[in-house]
Amino acid sequence: MIAGVMMIIGLLAIIAQFATHHEQTWSNLLMNNFMFMGMALCATFFLAVQYVAEVGWSAVIKRPLEAMGQSLPVAGGIMIVIIALGGHHLYHWMDAELFDPKSPKYDEIIAGKSGFLNPTFFWIRVVAYFVIWTYFAKLFRKNSMLSDEGDGVGYWRKNRAAAAKFLVLFAVTESTMSWDFVMSVDTHWFSTLFAWYTFSGIFVTSIAALVFTVTYLKSKGYLQEVTEHHLHDIGKFMFAFSIFWTYLWFCQFMLIWYSNIPEEITYFMLRQDHYRGLWLASFFINFITPFVILMTRDAKRKLYLLMGMSIVVFIGHWIDTFVMIIPGSMITAGHHAAEGAAHVAEHGEAAISIGSIGLMEIGTTIGFIGLFMYLVQHYLSKSPLVAKNHPMMEESLHHAI
Amino acid sequence: MHKESELRPPLILGDKTWHDITEDVCRPVESKANKWWWLAFSVSSAALLWWIISVSYTLGTGLGVWGLNKTVGWAWDITNFVWWVGIGHAGTLISAILLLFRQKWRLSINRSAEAMTIFAVICAATFIVSHMGRPWVGYWPLPLANQFGSLWVNFNSPLVWDVFAISTYFSVSLVFWYTGLIPDFAVIRDRAKTKMSKRIYTILSFGWVGSAKNWQRFEEVSLVLAGLSTPLVLSVHSVVSMDFATSVIPGWHTTIFPPYFVAGAIFSGFAMVQTLLIIVRKVLNLEDYITIYHIDMMNRIILITGSIVGVAYITEFFIAWYSGVEYEQYAFINRATGPYWWAYWSMMTCNVITPQLFWSSKLRENVFATFIISIFVNVGMWFERFVIIVTSLHRDYIPSSWAMYHPTWVEAGIYIGSIGLFFTCFLLFARVFPVIAMSELKTIIKSSSEGEKKKAAKHSNKSESHA
Repeated sequence: MIAGVMMIIGLLAIIAQFATHHEQTWSNLLMNNFMFMGMALCATFFLAVQYVAEVGWSAVIKRPLEAMGQSLPVAGGIMIVIIALGGHHLYHWMDAELFDPKSPKYDEIIAGKSGFLNPTFFWIRVVAYFVIWTYFAKLFRKNSMLSDEGDGVGYWRKNRAAAAKFLVLFAVTESTMSWDFVMSVDTHWFSTLFAWYTFSGIFVTSIAALVFTVTYLKSKGYLQEVTEHHLHDIGKFMFAFSIFWTYLWFCQFMLIWYSNIPEEITYFMLRQDHYRGLWLASFFINFITPFVILMTRDAKRKLYLLMGMSIVVFIGHWIDTFVMIIPGSMITAGHHAAEGAAHVAEHGEAAISIGSIGLMEIGTTIGFIGLFMYLVQHYLSKSPLVAKNHPMMEESLHHAI
Repeated sequence: MHKESELRPPLILGDKTWHDITEDVCRPVESKANKWWWLAFSVSSAALLWWIISVSYTLGTGLGVWGLNKTVGWAWDITNFVWWVGIGHAGTLISAILLLFRQKWRLSINRSAEAMTIFAVICAATFIVSHMGRPWVGYWPLPLANQFGSLWVNFNSPLVWDVFAISTYFSVSLVFWYTGLIPDFAVIRDRAKTKMSKRIYTILSFGWVGSAKNWQRFEEVSLVLAGLSTPLVLSVHSVVSMDFATSVIPGWHTTIFPPYFVAGAIFSGFAMVQTLLIIVRKVLNLEDYITIYHIDMMNRIILITGSIVGVAYITEFFIAWYSGVEYEQYAFINRATGPYWWAYWSMMTCNVITPQLFWSSKLRENVFATFIISIFVNVGMWFERFVIIVTSLHRDYIPSSWAMYHPTWVEAGIYIGSIGLFFTCFLLFARVFPVIAMSELKTIIKSSSEGEKKKAAKHSNKSESHA
């Protein structure tokens, strides 16, 4: 019900953006869908880790993780539509003239990347990502459901073998996907850490989504098998990976700031000059809040505090995703709009489009959250909330720390 | 009440009682060394002697006795430093992060892994001291009030961050290790037969009586130290990597360095733990405690961290091409095809290809194969640092100053000698310290020993047949 209302709000916001020729429309769609996709992807990753590491305590929260992963094909469909229709507003390199030496717009550096950044290879990769991820997300869930009816150990072993394969593919696809969807927005710029930095962000968002799902279900009287001990453990993950994100944020920023070489520093100059508030906010919200509030043992065991913190972490990483995608894509969107109106000459080099946060942006995000909630609820309702016959279930039910 | 899944293999083999554990762990401390120990000790001490000679010669004559030149001003010394610091990481990971992840199998290996950490950091520090050339002013990197006018440390320098990172790491590791040792020293004290050993272990055990209050404080301190050590696992090698990554040298300046160095450090650390423990479990008859399952688990960590390192190599190579920066591109092509190609391909083979063999559970559970692969990883990780450091430096921006680096016998002596120092320390440790954290290990005997697991299985079968 709430999810439905949220989706309608989102839909209205998106229609309104197209109707009013809002410059930021495609950028908003990309960043929200990227977060949506990231939450589903990292939920599947976390699920795979539970099998490979032979984890005991988490058996009772397996179903929410499985349900979260089922959003992957939907996120994939939306992603393909966004890039197919709006790619030129988002990715500077999608302008074919940049690669043409005869064109005045020829860009030697971008042309040098054509082995990777070309439409054919790009689309092959994008389709491959979603096919691979969806296949595993469905497989884990299918085996898990089958084990409810019979051979718990057998299906657990099957999933463990599949999880090991998934993790190998994940290591590769997560890296390349972060370059494709996010890093290539700032087409000239590069950073070797970027893939892992992106991972830490979407992983912590996904943990926040898990915390929210579990605490929400528990507050409504479902999932009573989850005790404060389990909450403590997922709270620790949210705490620890918030710090891990900060660590990578700092490494990437500090090394680029320290060396101060032109091909790299532009990335942070753009953000410091035009997005300083958001850029700092993402650092402080994502680091200081979880660090201070979730430090104590008691904090991680309180249902509503944890639920509140999951919302804070989500907002923090929403801002981080905004700062990662919008500055670059808005420049492309601005160029595109200017060219369409043949106003290139009037605009000076320095005139770049700057993204902002208004009702449209918030509305779009509410829509995507609604979609995610709807899908998670839908898949959760189709299976028992706690798996049966799982070989680690006894450990999880008796979990006490 | 805690339950343990039937899938979990036993961590202590045989039907051991608490007393059996005490006997098995104390035996090496209380008995005389066998000839194998003496043989190993003589070889290590001989290498240590070579180390003393080489270091003395360096300090007496000057750093000119090393193979450094104007272009390659940093080579074996820093390679060995990074290699040793990296090796230390496994101990901290086992005792801090595996504690937070409640991995019971850490209990049989944490003591010796932490000892290894401490000795490895000592070995690393020796390279800093010998590279100083004038170790008697070795306190200069510390921000001490002094009478030397403008002499003050440069806080902008990552080398100064290193001083703090490494010294913090060493202190915390040492305290953590020692805290764990106190109850075990008390056990040895209570069993001591000679006056001398009674006196020594009395001092070492800090008046431990094993009361509830003692244990409560012990657990509290352990948790606090684990909390402190966890960020140290990441921070120490990150700071080491910043020695390179903050520069503008192609091949050094890359943002992935901090986490990639950490993964590499854990990778090499576990390889060294395997190398040592495979020998220790055999020589000291500890196969019931350091089981095949333990070896398997460590091999899995080697596989995972080795793969992370592989992903980092490929990422660096890819981004160097993608960046379009010709200096970056050349640095990587030069690594793979330049005059040091053999070092690069040794690194690739040892670090990326060999650990992938551990996908096979047969090899993971094979002691001999594990030992060989662990040596490969140790070698590969040494080459990794050599490749990063020397190949990036020897051909810099100006082709007229390109040069090659060749180590001298003195440098070889300091390196091999440091391995001697390491093993001498470790062998002494294995004679006078309990190599397994016996008091802590005893806490899992009810849940995880083979005997208790069999009893539980019998019990549940019985109750099922009654029903």
